[in-house]
Amino acid sequence: MTSLKVVLAGVEMENPTMLASGIMGETGGSLLAMAKGGAGALVTKSIGSAPREGHKNPTLVELEFGYMNAMGLPNPGIDAFGEEMYEAGKAGIPIVGSVFGASAEEFASLSKRMQEFGAEAIELNLSCPHAKGYGMEMGVDPDVVASIISEVKAAVAVPVFAKLTPNTHRLIDVALAAEKAGVDAIVAINTLKAMKIDVDAMRPVLSNRYGGLSGPAVRGVGVRCVYELYEALNIPVIGVGGIEDWRSALEYIMAGAAAVQIGSGVGRVGPRVFGDICSGISSYMEVNRLRNISQLVGVAHD
Amino acid sequence: MTERFMVTQTAVNIASRAEEAEDVVTLRFDWDAPASPGQFIMVWIPGVDEVPMSLSYLGDRKGITVKNIGEATKALTSLQAGDQMIVRGPYGRGYHVPKGKVLAVGGGTGMASLLPALERVPTADVHTAIGARGERELLFEERAKRTSSNVRVSTDDGSKGFHGNAVQLAREMMSSTKYDMVLGCGPEKMLYFLHKLCAEKGVPCQMSLERYMKCGAGLCGSCAIDGKRVCREGPVFTGDELKDMKEFGKQRRDECGGRLRL
Ligand SMILES: Cc1cc2nc3c(=O)[nH]c(=O)nc-3n(C[C@H](O)[C@H](O)[C@H](O)COP(=O)(O)OP(=O)(O)OC[C@H]3O[C@@H](n4cnc5c(N)ncnc54)[C@H](O)[C@@H]3O)c2cc1C
Ligand SMILES: Cc1cc2nc3c(=O)[nH]c(=O)nc-3n(C[C@H](O)[C@H](O)[C@H](O)COP(=O)(O)O)c2cc1C
Ligand code: FES
Repeated sequence: MTSLKVVLAGVEMENPTMLASGIMGETGGSLLAMAKGGAGALVTKSIGSAPREGHKNPTLVELEFGYMNAMGLPNPGIDAFGEEMYEAGKAGIPIVGSVFGASAEEFASLSKRMQEFGAEAIELNLSCPHAKGYGMEMGVDPDVVASIISEVKAAVAVPVFAKLTPNTHRLIDVALAAEKAGVDAIVAINTLKAMKIDVDAMRPVLSNRYGGLSGPAVRGVGVRCVYELYEALNIPVIGVGGIEDWRSALEYIMAGAAAVQIGSGVGRVGPRVFGDICSGISSYMEVNRLRNISQLVGVAHD
Repeated sequence: MTERFMVTQTAVNIASRAEEAEDVVTLRFDWDAPASPGQFIMVWIPGVDEVPMSLSYLGDRKGITVKNIGEATKALTSLQAGDQMIVRGPYGRGYHVPKGKVLAVGGGTGMASLLPALERVPTADVHTAIGARGERELLFEERAKRTSSNVRVSTDDGSKGFHGNAVQLAREMMSSTKYDMVLGCGPEKMLYFLHKLCAEKGVPCQMSLERYMKCGAGLCGSCAIDGKRVCREGPVFTGDELKDMKEFGKQRRDECGGRLRL
C-alpha cells in the first residue's frame, strides 16, 4: 500500500494537495466543496481587518496557459469570517487561515483571530502583487518579513507559513530571514506581476492595470523557486504555481516541495483536480514501488 | 484534460440595437462562439465595468438584453449600432432542453435567458407566463408568442393580463395543464416561490440564478451559493439541486463576500 499522508510542520494531512489561497476560499460552503474534490488541506482566501470590495471588474483575464488576475484582495473582514471558518471546519480536514495586513501588529492580531476560529496553521500573504500597501510591497524586504514573523509567532501557537513572491531577486534572502525569525514553512510562489493589453480597446484589460499571472504559464518559475528554496532552507517548502495534474504536482515534489497547492487548476480542471492528482501520484508510486510520498521529496537534487 | 475550451476576450461590433421595453435594450452582434441556451457572457465596456449578461439570442448573430439599473447597464443600453464592446465566454451550464410539455416562467429580464431554450422545443409543447411590474416593463411578449402555443402575462399593477405575480399565474396554468417541466428565470423571490409550487405539484423544474460575479470563470468564489459556483455549476440549477441549497431564496453576498439577506 502506498501512503500519501503528509505531516507538514506538525499539520497532519491525508494527502499533499492543498487548495491555494484566493480560489473558492471566501465562503464556508465553497471550502467544503473543495474538500469534496479531495484536497488534503484548505487555505482560506486572504482575510484582512475590515471588509474590502477589491478592484473593480475586469479583475480576470483568461489566457491559453493560465490567468491574469487583479482581484485586489476582496474579503468580508475578519469579524465576519468566523462563521465561514465554522462551516468549513465541518470538512474535517486542516484549514489554514490566510491573512494580510499593513503592519506586523495587524498580521499578529489577524492570525490570533484565525487561530481562535480553528485554523490549524496560519499563512501570511507577503506576496500579493496587486494591492497597494500590502503583500509584495512588504514581502520583498527581509527585515520587514522577519519582524512580521516574529510578531505572529509570539501571538499564536499553531504553525506559521510565509507565502513569498517570485517578483524579486531576493527570494532566498527573504526566505532565510523568515526561517531565522522562526517561520515553520515557506509557500512559493504567488503570482507573477503581469499586464494584458487589449489591442481593440487599446488599454490594459484589468481595471488595476497590473495583475498576477498564474497557471501553467508560471510553473517553470515556481519549480525553479522551490528547487532553490529546498537547497537553501531546513524548513519545509510548499510548492504552488501551475499545478493541474499529477505530473506537474510531482515536478514540485521532486524539486523539494513537501506539499503542493492548487489554485488555477480549480478553474481549468474543476474541483476534482485534487483527487485526480492523488490517484495519479498513487499509481506512479505503485509502478515505482514506493511506499511513502516522502521518498519523492527533493529527489531531483543531486 | 481541461473541462472545456479556452475562452478569450473578443471585440464585437453592435450590429443592431432595439428598445424592448422601458429601459430595456437588446444589442445584437456577430460572434460565432458555440453557446447553449441559458449560458451567459462577461461584457466589458472599457473604462466602465465588466458585467455578466445572459445570451438572449444564440447562433452567429448573438444578442444580449440589458435592463438599465446602474452604471454598467446604463453604458450598455447607451451603445449604438457600430459601437464596440468586448466579450468573453460563454460561461456556465445552461438549461437542459426538456422534452414534453413545458411551462416557462419569466420575470424581469428573465425571458432573455429562457427564449433560446424555448426556441428548441416544439411550439405546441410550450406555454409561457411572463411577469412584469406593469405593461410598460413587459418584455418579449411577441417573441414568446412565436415559440409558445399559449402566452399569458401577469402584471403586479393589473395594467395588463392577470393581476398578480408570475407565480400566481403559473399556479393557475398548472392547475389546468399538466406540465413535464417548468423553466424559470427572474428575481430570486419569484424563483423561490415557483420552486415551492413545482415541489407541491410534483413537476420537475430548472431555474437560472444570479449572484455577484467577478471572474465569471470559476475561480474567485464570489458567486458561490452553498459552495456551488453560479458561474460554472450554474447559472441553471435543477429543482433537486435547489432543494438542498440553504441559501437559495434566503441569502446572497456583497462585493466583499459578506452575507446579505434576500
Ligand atoms: C448569470 C447572470 C446573468 C445576467 N443576465 C442579465 C440579463 O440578461 N440582462 C440584464 O439586464 N441583467 C442581467 N444580469 C444582471 C446584471 O449583471 C446586473 O444588472 C449588472 O451587473 C448591474 O451593473 P450596473 O453597474 O448597471 O449596476 P450597479 O449599480 O453596479 O449594481 C446594481 C445591482 O446589480 C447587481 N450587480 C452589479 N454588478 C454585478 C455583477 N458583476 N454580477 C452580478 N450582479 C451584479 C447587484 O445586485 C447590484 O446591487 C445577469 C446577472 C448574472 C449573474
Ligand atoms: C483569482 C485568484 C485569487 C488569488 N488570491 C490570492 C489571495 O487572496 N492570497 C494569496 O496568497 N494568493 C492568492 N492568489 C495566488 C494563488 O494562491 C497562487 O499562489 C497562484 O495563483 C499560483 O498558483 P496556481 O497557478 O495554482 O494558481 C490568487 C490567485 C488567483 C488566480
Ligand atoms: S464569479 Fe464565479 S467563481 Fe468567480
